[in-house]
Amino acid sequence: MAWILDDSRPIYLQIVDVIKTNIIAGAYQPGDKLPSVRDLAMEASVNPNTMQKALTELERSGLVYTQRTSGRFITEDTAKMTEIKEQLAKEQIQLFLKNMEQLGFKKEDIKRLLDQELKGGK
Amino acid sequence: MEQLLSCQNLTKRYGYKTALDSINLTIERGRIIGLLGPNGSGKTTLIKLINGLLAPTEGLLLINGAVPGPETKKVVSYLPERTYFNSWMKVTDILNFFCDFYSDFDRNRAMEMLHRLNIDEKDRLSSMSKGTKEKVQLIMVMSRDADLYCLDEPIGGVDPAARDYILQTIITNYNERASVLISTHLISDIENVLDDVIFIQNGHIRLTTSVDEIREQEGKSVDALFREVFRC
Repeated sequence: MAWILDDSRPIYLQIVDVIKTNIIAGAYQPGDKLPSVRDLAMEASVNPNTMQKALTELERSGLVYTQRTSGRFITEDTAKMTEIKEQLAKEQIQLFLKNMEQLGFKKEDIKRLLDQELKGGK
Repeated sequence: MEQLLSCQNLTKRYGYKTALDSINLTIERGRIIGLLGPNGSGKTTLIKLINGLLAPTEGLLLINGAVPGPETKKVVSYLPERTYFNSWMKVTDILNFFCDFYSDFDRNRAMEMLHRLNIDEKDRLSSMSKGTKEKVQLIMVMSRDADLYCLDEPIGGVDPAARDYILQTIITNYNERASVLISTHLISDIENVLDDVIFIQNGHIRLTTSVDEIREQEGKSVDALFREVFRC
């Protein structure tokens, strides 16, 4: 997974997104141990403090939990995973709808075009 | 624990010219800090004051609570903008040199990094390119177990691939009680590894903040903000 970081948002939030996507996409399995802060920082070419902040944020969201002395693990709470997965999907859909509105499409048109596309083109 | 570095009304004048004007600044431990400013803003003057190569005209500069001197030099690892090694020196000579001078120098760490960058210990400095010389020097400086690393333009002459390796070296070689102060113009290259930035201009501190704060509040990168603040 590439750590593509853009310029406009805090780096730790972007790292949170990358790791979240990795978890949702199954690159990390439930119960997997995450690499150490230092190793992850190296991998992403960011400062360990930044990585630490990102992991703390992930812990708060419940996707990652810490076991004292043995490290950080991916949650085994599949309901939580589904919840976050759907939340990410919702964000994508909202973004899509916003872009379509900007292009001047009405809801019915969007629906028609989307149906068409889902059925496999023209 | 004591503040790693503090400046109180620190002023440096060269004759009638004021290079640093009554600066107040503190640096905590465990941070990577960018010292950013246009040419002639006072970056190198500040770094030289930290290393005791210049004496303040007025004010105070303390490292671990002490004024710069032999004791603080033991805990500050300094990469000057120009090399002070003689060109006849081989890499082994420099390794010996650092072993003699600094009790916190880790020879094995240095050798490991030299091998990673394919630098032969038997090579003479005079046979090396500008970038390779810079790499050698940075490796020496980062192989010390110091409290404060002062890097004056550490990546100017090296290629982008080596730049990445050098940044990784910086990230991996510092610890919670140490901080790294990096002065550079190449902001976008180092932005991702910085915790904090200090903007300096005409001997004044314009801004001290964290990279996250800049991005959160301004919605732009440090590089973009720098271009805006220091527009010519």
